[in-house]
Amino acid sequence: MSEVVVYWLQQALNALQLGSIYALIALGYTLVYGILTMINFAHGDVFMVGAFFCFLAATYLGLPFVPTLLLTMLGAALLGVMIERLAYKPLRQAPRVSAIITALGVGIFLENFTLALAPYPKHIPPLLENVTWDLGGVSLSSLQVIIIFLSLGLMFLLDYIVHRTPVGMAMRAISWDKTFVPLMGIPVDLIISVTFAIGAGLAGAAGTMYGLAYPVIDPYMGIMVGWKAFISAVVGGIGNIRGAMIGAFILGGVEIMVTAFFPSTYRDFVAFTLLMILIVVRPYGILGKPRTQKV
Amino acid sequence: MRKALALLLASVLVSLGATAWGAEKTIKLGVVAELTGDMPAVGASCRNAAEMAVKEINAAGGLQIGKEKMKVQLVVEDNAGKADQSAAAAQKLITQDEVLAIVGPNASRYAIPAAEIAESSETVLITPWSTNPKATLDTNTNAPKKYVFRACFIDPFQGGVLAKFALEDLKAKKAAVLYDVASDYNKGIAEVFKTNYEKMGGKVVAFETYTTNDKDFSAQLTKIKDAKPDVVFLPNYYSEVPLQVQQAKRLGINVPFIGSDSWGSNELLTLGGADLNGYYFSTHYAADNAAPAAKKFIADYEKVYGTKPDDVAALTYDAFGLLFGALKSAGKADRDAIRVALSTLPSYQGVTGDMKFQADSRDPIKSAVILQIKDGKFTYFTNATP
Repeated sequence: MSEVVVYWLQQALNALQLGSIYALIALGYTLVYGILTMINFAHGDVFMVGAFFCFLAATYLGLPFVPTLLLTMLGAALLGVMIERLAYKPLRQAPRVSAIITALGVGIFLENFTLALAPYPKHIPPLLENVTWDLGGVSLSSLQVIIIFLSLGLMFLLDYIVHRTPVGMAMRAISWDKTFVPLMGIPVDLIISVTFAIGAGLAGAAGTMYGLAYPVIDPYMGIMVGWKAFISAVVGGIGNIRGAMIGAFILGGVEIMVTAFFPSTYRDFVAFTLLMILIVVRPYGILGKPRTQKV
Repeated sequence: MRKALALLLASVLVSLGATAWGAEKTIKLGVVAELTGDMPAVGASCRNAAEMAVKEINAAGGLQIGKEKMKVQLVVEDNAGKADQSAAAAQKLITQDEVLAIVGPNASRYAIPAAEIAESSETVLITPWSTNPKATLDTNTNAPKKYVFRACFIDPFQGGVLAKFALEDLKAKKAAVLYDVASDYNKGIAEVFKTNYEKMGGKVVAFETYTTNDKDFSAQLTKIKDAKPDVVFLPNYYSEVPLQVQQAKRLGINVPFIGSDSWGSNELLTLGGADLNGYYFSTHYAADNAAPAAKKFIADYEKVYGTKPDDVAALTYDAFGLLFGALKSAGKADRDAIRVALSTLPSYQGVTGDMKFQADSRDPIKSAVILQIKDGKFTYFTNATP
């Protein structure tokens, strides 16, 4: 392969890895928004706590990859349910802005709580034997393959749960109407908790994969990544699962390409300008549909 | 409120103590350190060494200033790893705590704003670890500041040392650089390295940037790989270097990596592990090749804190050594007298070597060492002059 082709294939692979990480977090945003029309701004920090759970499981329990991943997802899911029960449920009837402020507050609480316990950046041990394949000059690492396939797999699983299972049907019902759905015998509180558990569990998975790809973690790591995942979800059409994935890959791709062409300081400003233009052209995101208000 | 109350109580207790024992007087010295934020290990080393230096002097009965022996009281402020809070902390120490002099902050991007405050408030500030020339220079005139000193060498020197090391010891003709463009220290030394390296006949084939707190460097590293360098220079802080090296290796970059004194924290070894084995960086002193006077400090520090003092700890200890020396020779506890005494202090034998301030400069003349990371330890490799 010519050197130019190798170079761009390599950059495309980098974009795919970065996009997959954003996607895993974006799925949680989009799920909670899709069901509750609530933007859970604490999601990025749940992702951060997930990375710390991964650190604890891998370092202190000495667990291998799969148990670490499952335990982290479980821990994050429990955290998600706890946050919903303690912070959001009492505000379900309150104005939407109160819930958003509470979410920001929960995020700041998680950051500073973690900071108090772990002021130093932590190192996540390599849980997987990393193999790097050389494909005609393009380096492909086993970690990249796992990250990309895990995020695709979880996306399809989530899509399946929401569209093909009774729980998913209940979720979609709640997203349409919260007043009459309980009359049909659907336990609203339980379904909302399940929604948060799944969303936070995905953030836990993202924390683990992020921790393996970028193994130095700190309490503030969730802020910027969380914002970017949120933006991915909006670009893809918030509330839409496949849209979140597409948005994340677009953002990852734009970021990598901007850095490849320009000085890195241009990255966020060029990337976000492009995304703003995209939103202006398609206000509901790529796969989003305008929500019709039922009267 | 509670903090204010605690301070009030503390000051009442101190003044009670002073009246009870009559003769005993105290002087206050301030420390601004990166206790939280993105480089807490740097702040911790700085505070540990400061507390040790003060404890030692107080255990010896205090500091002889003029005819009196005075106890030293330390006031430590956190700058939270932020430029604005560094300035605010320096301001607080100067106006509220009324310290005689300040040691810290350490990283250049925090030391520079704090130095501005110290200069305008006419209070001596010694930064132990800031190697960026701007810290001790006036922003407008580029003349040396009057009140700001440092205990370390500066980047033009260090960049020269590293350029020479890469060319002569590593025989690397083509170098790539990846640095944090938003941080004064990283940017300064990257540019100096490039200038020196090219002047000495090398070629910088890639000069890539990122922004503080980035975690993904794959796009830049792919560009670096494409440029086929013989060596990669990473003048970045200890929490970022392991990520950069790891990602570079995953992309198949298999050339040596070199770094600057920002690598010198023991945390680098915890975070980087085996990935960094065999690589080199320039720094201020080698714990395993120190002068006899330094050995006592190293042993004492290890006994109290359980780890070998890194360069920040050693330089902070030296900054206090310089300050104590200046106070002794000034003979009075006065901010301006300290400045005069510091700039005329004869050669001072510190943990990090001999140092002396030149008449028209706030930067001491001293030498550098190159360390190699070997089996999870910093090992002395060679002495370096540019």
